[in-house]
Amino acid sequence: MAEKIGVYVCHCGSNIAQMVDCKNVVDYAATLPNVTVAREYQYMCSDPGQELIKKDIKELGLTRVVVASCSPLMHELTFRRAVEEGGLNQFLFQMANIREQCSWISEKKEMATERAKAIVGAAVKRVAFQEPLEVKKVPVNPNVLIVGGGITGIEAALQIADSGKKVYLVEREPTIGGYMTRFDKTFPTLDCAACILTPKMVNVAQHPNIELLSYSDVTGFSGYVGNFTARIRRRPRYVEEEKCNGCGLCTEKCPISVPSEFDCGLGKRKAIYRPFPQAVPNIPVIDREHCLFFTKGICKVCVKFCPRGAINFDQKEEFLDLEVGAAILATGFDLFDASKVKQYGYGRLPNVITSLEFERFSHASGPTGGKILLKNGQTPASIAILHCIGSRDTNFNEYCSRVCCMYSMKMAHLAHEKTEGKVYEFYIDIRAFGKGYEEFYKRLLSEETVFIRGKAAEVTDVAQTPAEKGRLIVVAEDTLLGIVRRTPVDMVVLSVGLEPRKDAADLARIFSISRSQDGFFLERHPKLAPVSTASDGIFIAGSCQGPKDIPDSVAQGAAAAANVLSLIDRKEVTLEPTVAVIDEESCSGCKICLGLCPYNAITFDETKKVSKVNDALCKGCGVCVAGCPSGAIEQRNFTDAQLLAEVESVCASGK
Amino acid sequence: MRKVESNFEPKIVGFLCKWCAYTGADLAGTSRIKYPPNVTPIRVMCSGRVDPVLVMKALSSGADGVLIAGCHPGDCHYTSGNVKTIRRFKLLQRMLDQFGIERDRVRLEWVSASEGERYARVVENMTETLRTLGPLNWNGSEEV
Repeated sequence: MAEKIGVYVCHCGSNIAQMVDCKNVVDYAATLPNVTVAREYQYMCSDPGQELIKKDIKELGLTRVVVASCSPLMHELTFRRAVEEGGLNQFLFQMANIREQCSWISEKKEMATERAKAIVGAAVKRVAFQEPLEVKKVPVNPNVLIVGGGITGIEAALQIADSGKKVYLVEREPTIGGYMTRFDKTFPTLDCAACILTPKMVNVAQHPNIELLSYSDVTGFSGYVGNFTARIRRRPRYVEEEKCNGCGLCTEKCPISVPSEFDCGLGKRKAIYRPFPQAVPNIPVIDREHCLFFTKGICKVCVKFCPRGAINFDQKEEFLDLEVGAAILATGFDLFDASKVKQYGYGRLPNVITSLEFERFSHASGPTGGKILLKNGQTPASIAILHCIGSRDTNFNEYCSRVCCMYSMKMAHLAHEKTEGKVYEFYIDIRAFGKGYEEFYKRLLSEETVFIRGKAAEVTDVAQTPAEKGRLIVVAEDTLLGIVRRTPVDMVVLSVGLEPRKDAADLARIFSISRSQDGFFLERHPKLAPVSTASDGIFIAGSCQGPKDIPDSVAQGAAAAANVLSLIDRKEVTLEPTVAVIDEESCSGCKICLGLCPYNAITFDETKKVSKVNDALCKGCGVCVAGCPSGAIEQRNFTDAQLLAEVESVCASGK
Repeated sequence: MRKVESNFEPKIVGFLCKWCAYTGADLAGTSRIKYPPNVTPIRVMCSGRVDPVLVMKALSSGADGVLIAGCHPGDCHYTSGNVKTIRRFKLLQRMLDQFGIERDRVRLEWVSASEGERYARVVENMTETLRTLGPLNWNGSEEV
């Protein structure tokens, strides 16, 4: 093979050059067979760097290009484009990763240089076997799936729907709105959460381009970018959405009262209920577990009173297949379970509550009408707010939940305003990073909230002095004074952190996306592609990616919407041509490949007695290639010849 | 008795799946975790692409060991590619036995995209194991 290969070694400033002797690598590359030119350059990804490649292709007649620089995840597409612009097919290019997997992991320059040479050598050997490939263009379905109807999903849905595209918004709860519906005020502006959220919820309900699928979840997701099929499970409400006008008579007449999940069990709801009065859609749902008809076969009071005959006990679970071109996951977070930290007595000591319970107390339409009350119905004269519950704690979650400092200070302000009592904050560090946040902290300092720097060690009801009797005592080391304080209070609020959803792993599997170490969904790049995932066409936004406050969640929802619109407005997308192809001549018709393919992309041609790959369905994993006993299947751009060339080169390196 | 070279550095070919292991290895770099340079990475789309022929070829061409690394079972980007890898790996191990090659020379490991640290430890551990095992000496060219 008389190929003319150009090799370009990137310094990446000092990222590569300080650990890898680039000159040495270039000299080595120049000695390799078929290499016409080997150069080094400061930044290959820069315009002059790319120009170098294009110029050499034209002037030296290069037929293959190798760039040794960062991970292909970073710049493979950049260089493919440069190669294409230079006049070569983009698949006649190979990238050698000498940054992430070489210079950055090495401690000795010699070793790093040798490793770089092995990696570059393998790429040079491989590239000679690469073939020109055509990318396939497929049309993009303009419909969009959004999973999760919290503030993030709502923002994304409205942005996309306003552009004239169809949105399917899937929400698992009976109403959209998410956690924000349960909050009283929002920091640092102290505007009421409902006032800013409910108009948006109504917009969603009324938008002609949004199809709201509440009380539903996604059970399957298949296809490829631009052409996905989502399987949605619609759980029965036992109330027909088309007939119900939300008058609420059924709820009023229902004889069964149970603790309300929406109110953290602090208030009651009926067996046929809306979580809260402004729910969207404004349609009740029947709780099978408590409804007398489902438990005992009696009652039917709601049927009797419904003026529109909307109650339907025979409703069944339904499945819906939706065709969409892109999806946004905005599934949010779960709250840390405070009862896991035994020393704070949550669930054991009355009047130790979580921050969400505090929100419900403080909320004007909450179970106490906005009054903060102890279990005995009295107003607390003093409240302690404990930061970092489950966060920044190696026993639970190592990360900072980001929102707790600010919401704790908001609670302190509200508590002070509503009880006129003493408020203590026990904190590790105050993280007031956002716009107007530090100013809010300053304001709190002037409002007589007592800030004690120290993580609470324990909350106890064992009194040591008469003054402590009958109260909760927060024991903490005041790290500024270097003393242990015992602070008696009436109520303790635990500022619980944010966690990945319990079923985040299941959803990650359904959508074939990864999760980071902490369990949140993994973005494609932490800085440059924060709402993309490794799977094209699937985006993430809001707290499902990591803890976020409302402004950041909204920003991400809008960002994901922009990403989606940029994708679907292209009208067509290109697909990687790394699919499997079967050589009919070599195929023995054993059908082993048929069972190996996870996408049913291989069919058997009964007349010719050979297997065939449908390349629209093939995702290019190469599992069938490795399984074919006749060696009749090849994976494009990952052929046996290419991989064997790499293997041989690696094995021969350093000899 | 095998002649143990004083500074024997094993040569290991690493087949890393693009979605998990390769990204995990990238993360190790981004996090500046240091690990031995012995495993040279070869990127494949799925660990299920790793034909046993590729492994045997590596061993016969001078590699002292082969690492196959993919997504954790259940997390495969292609749903079940790594399950096929597991099955194939069992057969491969039997073949290694028949060739008289120590099973420790060929490893199947799961490394997710977020497990940079784990990837570094896997490489470290495997390199250490192979240092103790010594060269594979496939051709018998070295003194035994």
